[in-house]
Amino acid sequence: MSDHPALDLRDVSKRFGARWALARVSYTLPAGRSLLLTGHNGSGKTTLLRLISTASFPTAGDIVVYGDETRSARDRVRTQVALLSHASFLYDDLTARQNLGMLAELLGLPPATTVPAMLERVGLGGRGDEAVRQFSAGMRKRLAIARLLLKQPKVALLDEPFGELDPAGISQMEGFIRELQAAGTSVVLATHLIEQGLTLTQERLHLNQGRRVDP
Amino acid sequence: MPYWAPWVLLALVALLSIVHLAVPSTRAWVWKVLAGLGVAMIAGLLYLGLVWAPQEAFMSDVGRILYIHVPYVWACMLAFTVNVGAAIAYLFKKSWVTDAIAEASAEVGVYFGAIGVLQGSIWARPTWGVWWDWDPRLIATTVMLLSYVGYLTFRSFTEDAERRATWSAAAGILGYVSLPIVWFSVRWWNSLHQVQSNASTLDKPMRVVLTWGEATFFAFLFVFIYLRYRIARSRQTSALELPPIDAPTGATAS
Amino acid sequence: MTAPIRTPPGLLRSTWLVLRKDWLIEWRTRARLTALIFFALSTLLLFSFAMGPDITMLRVHAPGYLWLAILFASTLSLGESFRVESENQAMVGLVLAPVEPRAIFLGKVAGNTSLLFGLSLVLLPVSVALYDVDLSRNFGMLLLVLLLGCIGISAPGTVYSAISSNARARDVMLPLLLFPVLVPMLLAAVSATKFALVADPQQQLSSWVKLLTAFDLIYLSVGFLLFPRVVEED
Repeated sequence: MSDHPALDLRDVSKRFGARWALARVSYTLPAGRSLLLTGHNGSGKTTLLRLISTASFPTAGDIVVYGDETRSARDRVRTQVALLSHASFLYDDLTARQNLGMLAELLGLPPATTVPAMLERVGLGGRGDEAVRQFSAGMRKRLAIARLLLKQPKVALLDEPFGELDPAGISQMEGFIRELQAAGTSVVLATHLIEQGLTLTQERLHLNQGRRVDP
Repeated sequence: MPYWAPWVLLALVALLSIVHLAVPSTRAWVWKVLAGLGVAMIAGLLYLGLVWAPQEAFMSDVGRILYIHVPYVWACMLAFTVNVGAAIAYLFKKSWVTDAIAEASAEVGVYFGAIGVLQGSIWARPTWGVWWDWDPRLIATTVMLLSYVGYLTFRSFTEDAERRATWSAAAGILGYVSLPIVWFSVRWWNSLHQVQSNASTLDKPMRVVLTWGEATFFAFLFVFIYLRYRIARSRQTSALELPPIDAPTGATAS
Repeated sequence: MTAPIRTPPGLLRSTWLVLRKDWLIEWRTRARLTALIFFALSTLLLFSFAMGPDITMLRVHAPGYLWLAILFASTLSLGESFRVESENQAMVGLVLAPVEPRAIFLGKVAGNTSLLFGLSLVLLPVSVALYDVDLSRNFGMLLLVLLLGCIGISAPGTVYSAISSNARARDVMLPLLLFPVLVPMLLAAVSATKFALVADPQQQLSSWVKLLTAFDLIYLSVGFLLFPRVVEED
């Protein structure tokens, strides 16, 4: 692959108002490895994932994804990174097929072939023409992971991917994560299900009140 | 009296304000000098405008409101120009200083604009027989005023300080850009209206008083913006300045 | 997994995709669209009730009523256009996809313009019925004026809507920020519409159309420059 690490956090801090959500976090994730991100609610996991995804930028410090700094090279980082967040990024008024179709075209993929296959893959084959507004939380999660899989990122950022899923959905999600890893994607996984997370990843980063804590 | 005398006073006020900002040890006495200068300039304007200047031929004594109305409107426009300058500077380089200047100048500008429009209305009634008139200057000032009232409301309705700074900078620029278009559209809308008075249609004594008034109120504008800027800065400091980050607990090596 | 060949779209194609997405949403929520049209229609009707049955006066003031109806409807449609984007943070998803924010701006302006232009086309025959105006005098120019006016509302409106969708009391914030800026656009659009409907002895129509075009170009370029800063976090 490349000489660069998948992820290089250099003294990253992020401030919201008067509160430091992240304080001087430094960490390096080697290329191709996957990372388990743990910590209590409000420890900064979501903030860190948003910063890596370029949805937001650090107040101080740099984040480098495969050699590209997020602020200055955000266009290149965005083509390599995909985020599965608490917000689904879906248009509720469109159907599942239309949501994925638009994304496929924006990514430069042929929607006619990729979208039906992807809907099948996440188990929404029969529901593709329903408006997302009618979907349950679990179905939305499946569609959101379909958005991420469609992009085939080099770094996949998953924020609580197992939340709102039934047991079958959870094992399916594990399957998706393993597929991503088999294709060479580095997965950054933030979850409270530590047991599950440990079986899926090689590295671990624990955050406590925005600071890195080594166990 | 030399024509440029009021501008010297204005420069003095600006200089002293900068001293006040830069050298904290001088603040106690600089403040008194500034206040004295302000009183002197106002007193001078009152004397020149009400006693010294001859009565204007067409407008009787009511016309004397011109000496404060015109400076107020100019001060308002100047404040909004400062605001847009600060907004553009902020968008180029993020800085809390320019955000504070933008906030200060917008608020002071709204004050000067509101009083200025009110004075214009008082002037228009006996002069033109109406409270309101399709005068481009009046409309342009009013539109800018409304625009900046929206700007200030927006600022107070947004919590996230960093994003508020960016968003309000954009809102300020969008509002200011309409100024020349408002001007032209109102002129065309009502092209039958009287020729606008400018320096060449004014008598020499009137021009002297007007200059004095402009220097006086620009001095007040400058000091007001400076004071409001310090309030904005201190609010930012209490909201944003943080205890130093304690040394990372032996965990950064990687 | 074999990676299909990707050809990421350029600015124009991204703009088109954003616009098509907006049209698709409008079509799928056409009940909302119908409500908007009836809102504008009842505004027109209310003006004629408020002014009484004097048909000569109504005819003279018809351009003003028409534009006020469009303006009031626009605050609803502009607000809705960004409510859709902030739901589920869909616009963050677009930016990260990645779509160039400038393409989002152009697409949203085009979407809002087309919606308002369509609305004004519906309002025209109703104006004929209510105010007895004569559309046939200079119909081509009338359409041009309507289009330019709708761009004039949408260009600053898109930026202001993106800004105000994040503030408290956003439904009040949008008109509070937008209306002052639209004063010259309203003057120009009403004057131009008037001279397209009635006699224009002093040939004033073209200068108003020029002013309207200048307004559009200024706000399209300023919005084009500012929009990326508005939607991207620092």
